[in-house]
Amino acid sequence: MPSKYSAEKASLGLRLGALGTLLFLYVPILIIFLYAFTTDEKTFSFPLPGLTTKWFGVALGRADLWSALTLSLQIALIATASALILGTLAAAAVYRSNFFGKDAISLLLILPIALPGIVTGIALRSAIGSLDIPFSYWTIVIGHATFCIVVVYNNVLARFRRMQGSQVEASMDLGANSFQTFRYVVLPNIATALLAGGMLAFALSFDEVIVTTFTAGQQTTLPIWIFSQLTRPRDRPVTNVVAMFVILITFLPIFFAQKISAEASDTEGDK
Amino acid sequence: MLTRISTYFYRRPNLSLALLLGLPLLYMFVVYLGSLFALLLNSFYYLEEFTGLVVREFTLRTYVTVFSPTNLGIFGRTAGMAAAVTIADALIAFPLAYYIAKFASRRARTWLYIAVTVPLWSSYLVRVYSWKLILAKEGILSWFINLFHMNFLLDWLLSLPEIGGSSLSLSPIGMFIAFCYIWLPYMIVPIQTALERVPKSLIEASGDLGASASQTFRKVILPLAYPGVIAGSIFTFSLTLGDFIVPQSLGNSRFFIGQAVYSHQGTSGNIPLAAALTMGPVVIMIIYLLLARKTGAFDAL
Repeated sequence: MPSKYSAEKASLGLRLGALGTLLFLYVPILIIFLYAFTTDEKTFSFPLPGLTTKWFGVALGRADLWSALTLSLQIALIATASALILGTLAAAAVYRSNFFGKDAISLLLILPIALPGIVTGIALRSAIGSLDIPFSYWTIVIGHATFCIVVVYNNVLARFRRMQGSQVEASMDLGANSFQTFRYVVLPNIATALLAGGMLAFALSFDEVIVTTFTAGQQTTLPIWIFSQLTRPRDRPVTNVVAMFVILITFLPIFFAQKISAEASDTEGDK
Repeated sequence: MLTRISTYFYRRPNLSLALLLGLPLLYMFVVYLGSLFALLLNSFYYLEEFTGLVVREFTLRTYVTVFSPTNLGIFGRTAGMAAAVTIADALIAFPLAYYIAKFASRRARTWLYIAVTVPLWSSYLVRVYSWKLILAKEGILSWFINLFHMNFLLDWLLSLPEIGGSSLSLSPIGMFIAFCYIWLPYMIVPIQTALERVPKSLIEASGDLGASASQTFRKVILPLAYPGVIAGSIFTFSLTLGDFIVPQSLGNSRFFIGQAVYSHQGTSGNIPLAAALTMGPVVIMIIYLLLARKTGAFDAL
């Protein structure tokens, strides 16, 4: 493992540069938190004319926000559940067998996040249009699942590769059938990978907007609501509160997912 | 009973494999590849202007429209922005990636890695929104510029043709800043990965053979980081090429590819033209990927 502890210290210039990049990444997020408390209704003026918490109450009382939030949560949960099933199945197949076209499967699964979102979006839009399927809740879910599968797949496959095959063999040798082996040996091993992949998928789906604009009809998910505020701002203070809320609800699962993955690879390194 | 089912499948590995792969493959083939095929198909249809209906018969006339001067201008503008964002991101990303890969303690490295990847995966839309706040005429950036009496510089920048505008939040300069911000993590991670693979012995050997620190950096570290930069550029370039949220939120009336696709499919229902325009970024990315593969960038992913 390279550079566990470097003999040399980083130069001052490099440390300042690194700090600058880090600040560039995080200061805008802090600014969103700040603006959630502004008393300014009409503009984004700085310094803030005053601080207030009243917009949290206003946002809580908005029926349109609640329905958008409920819709986004439902879609994210169903898309995540489908991704967990489909992604795990694909990872299991790729891990345990060699078959013709195995590499192509990884490529196929990765395509929806490798190509720009607009390609997936307009492709689904043309398919839905060509087949005269009405836009609905389900067209959004189907769109989201296409790019959620890959994150579950990647996480679970990486865990399978770290898992010792001998454990499964031992379990079978000791008389457990495939279902018992899956329940008592495989599942505990991949549980945190499923959790990490699921949380990533959830956060990806919860604030996805590009594919959603092409697959939603009249439905307004939370990101679509925010996007409408970006182009035609009407409720600035409420949008600020919603923005802060979205950061919290997507940062936390991703943070824990990354921490789980980091710890998993760390224990690997210690072996 | 379960044991018998289990044995049955154990003896038939191909059947088990088919059962495992069937569902995910069916989904990806039918939904995703099916949609991509529908996209391709639609790009060969055309919109009858008088009726406003899509005529489903093979024609190349939609592609002829794609090569109109307006659309070529859109392609040029978008590709130019994507290139500028890519170069700027490589420069901004490098110090942090280098620090994480070569100097941070193990513990700090884990935390910094998380700090970089959390914004990579989350809150895309809200992070665009933050620049609406920052770049607004009355916003925080103007306040700072005012504080340092640099207004003349800002006014001069905004008065430039092509990239200027009425305020930062309604100009290509503002879009450029927002794009750099949004895609920055996609550049940091591959550069960091590439730098972590540079063996320490190589750097020590360079020093032992009499190279100064800056010579080692230029002759050893930079060339080995290059595949990482290329890998990162695949993301920053492709993502900028297809985005319509940033131009729609922070740009002026001059379209980018994503916006053109979005508006053609939306208001006029011209899905064939939207589909044909999408082929632009797809073709550009395929060429880009083929070129990138030659540099060994895929190993750094």
